[in-house]
Amino acid sequence: MLYNLPYITVAVVIAIGLYAMLYKRNLIKIVIGLSLIESGVNLFLVSLGYVQGGIAPIYTNAPKTEMVLPTPQALTLTSIVIGVATTAMLLSFCIVIYRHYGTLDSEKVRRLRG
Amino acid sequence: MMWDFLMHNSPALIIAVPLFAAFFTPVIGRFSKKAMYAWVVGAMIFTEFLVLILLYTVYTYGTQIYVFGARPYSMAIPPDSGGIPVRIIFTVDSMSVFMAFIAATVGLAGAIYSVACEKGQSGQEKYYALVLLMIVGMLGMVLTGDMFNFFVFLEINSLASAALVSYRINKGVSVEAAFKYAVVSAIGALMILFAIGILYGEYDALNMAMIASRMQFTTLDKIAMALILVTLAMKCGSIPMHFWVPDGYGKAPGAISAMLVAASQASLYGLFRMCFTVFGLAASHITLGYFLIILGLISMFVGVTMALVQHDIKRLMAYHAVSQTGYMLLGVGVGLATWGTPAFSQYGFAAMEGGIFHIINHAMYKGLLFLTAGAVIYRVGTSDLNKMGGLAHSMKYTTIFFIIGALSIAGIPPFNGYASKLMIYESVYQFNPLLAVIAMIVSILTLASFVKVFHSAFMGPKIYPDVKEVPKSMLAGMAILTFFIILFGIFPQLAITYLVQPAASALANPIGYISRVLGGGP
Repeated sequence: MLYNLPYITVAVVIAIGLYAMLYKRNLIKIVIGLSLIESGVNLFLVSLGYVQGGIAPIYTNAPKTEMVLPTPQALTLTSIVIGVATTAMLLSFCIVIYRHYGTLDSEKVRRLRG
Repeated sequence: MMWDFLMHNSPALIIAVPLFAAFFTPVIGRFSKKAMYAWVVGAMIFTEFLVLILLYTVYTYGTQIYVFGARPYSMAIPPDSGGIPVRIIFTVDSMSVFMAFIAATVGLAGAIYSVACEKGQSGQEKYYALVLLMIVGMLGMVLTGDMFNFFVFLEINSLASAALVSYRINKGVSVEAAFKYAVVSAIGALMILFAIGILYGEYDALNMAMIASRMQFTTLDKIAMALILVTLAMKCGSIPMHFWVPDGYGKAPGAISAMLVAASQASLYGLFRMCFTVFGLAASHITLGYFLIILGLISMFVGVTMALVQHDIKRLMAYHAVSQTGYMLLGVGVGLATWGTPAFSQYGFAAMEGGIFHIINHAMYKGLLFLTAGAVIYRVGTSDLNKMGGLAHSMKYTTIFFIIGALSIAGIPPFNGYASKLMIYESVYQFNPLLAVIAMIVSILTLASFVKVFHSAFMGPKIYPDVKEVPKSMLAGMAILTFFIILFGIFPQLAITYLVQPAASALANPIGYISRVLGGGP
């Protein structure tokens, strides 16, 4: 049970993020939901590479050879960088939308239809 | 010496050249606008040249692999790695280089077209930097043989495209479209990353060939497959995940709409690559094939019926893009459904060839149509078809380009749309006559819709007396795509022998792909 705790957390965080994206009408909250999903996926990647009692995978003067996997950490770092760029871009879209529409309500930001 | 260097390193240089150019564009743009245009177009021409070198290499010597950071560059599995390809590997088979050719050509036409079209806009340095980044994303997606690398390039591509869709703020409407596109593609990319995490956890590998060779097809794999395939089907704009397409294509600047077509097709390539190479050996071909066929049928039919009622010229063309994507899914889907049975050599392979040939044809004529729509909007200032009219009097070349594009998308000989559609009809008819009949009806409806556009925009009395022909660089961008439309229309055998047939055989041969990476050796 305790071993699976990270994965349960991942599922809960992603579910909360999806809920925010699907049911919240404020565009900023949609961006927050996206950020939550991203954190969930990052947590998933990091917990995949965890080895019980492992140390950071640096070979120089390593006290023991049990190390966590380095690849998922590299993936997570890349994913965090991409996530920051995405969030920044979406929030700047929100600023421009607010300037032109005067609202961030997704029910009212609907000039494109058909 | 120079030639050898270019030939051996072309997969890496195809990514490096536009990436380097993208980050230097704002610096050069600070000093001189003219130098910046020359820099961007020069970088695109050089990329196209490198793609042609790679095309030649792959056609002559077969699938190429390029291992980053390895010496020699073709050593996929280092001796001390325990049989796992640890480095990032670009696996370039005929299908990849075929898609790279499309992306580079449409990107070149788009860059040349933008020079005049975006002349009056502010922030051009950023525009061109993003254009080059978008092209890097497309080229990377099609060349890479690594799952995580695929995700990174997918994200580069979607971020750059979303920013470019919102380039002309247009009273906030473009930003609304871009927000929709960015949210949808970001969540899709995260789902792909989740699926990559699942696959990595199971098979300890990120390389597509390695994952494919170790594939057990457990329940977890099925979840990963569903996440990846649905996301890529969404990114290529097939119905019922098409809602971002009309907004994104419709509100982007003209050149960007044309390049978004190529970007969607890079996702389509990803979909085919996952279906055939990564999951193809383990999953049921019939299920996957019917998944593609049904997606294709719905996209074809609903896309064209939605297009018929549109009044906005670019929104109408965007729905046609959805509808044409259906043809490719149908053709390749029939190939996948019959894969491994005797029917594959009878008609399944021909259907795949038709579907793949349609990819390049669609990129050319839909790109051309979006560029002509951009030209019309550039001169008239509105995208509403009801307010246009009589443009043929003053915009002669644009009208000719539009007629070529419209006849081609409707499948009229001697243009390239006819060549690929005929291949799809003939082969799909043998699979199931009903599918071929629906495909033909869709084609007729497409013609009807474009007759409407032609009539309301170009025919009739002169409404706008002071409209002139568009500047030369825009015409040059359109002419590049028109050249390929006519070339592939009159000599379809040329394209089929050198581009399409090798691409289809490469896609249908995952064992060759896997053994090329894991078998090692040059």
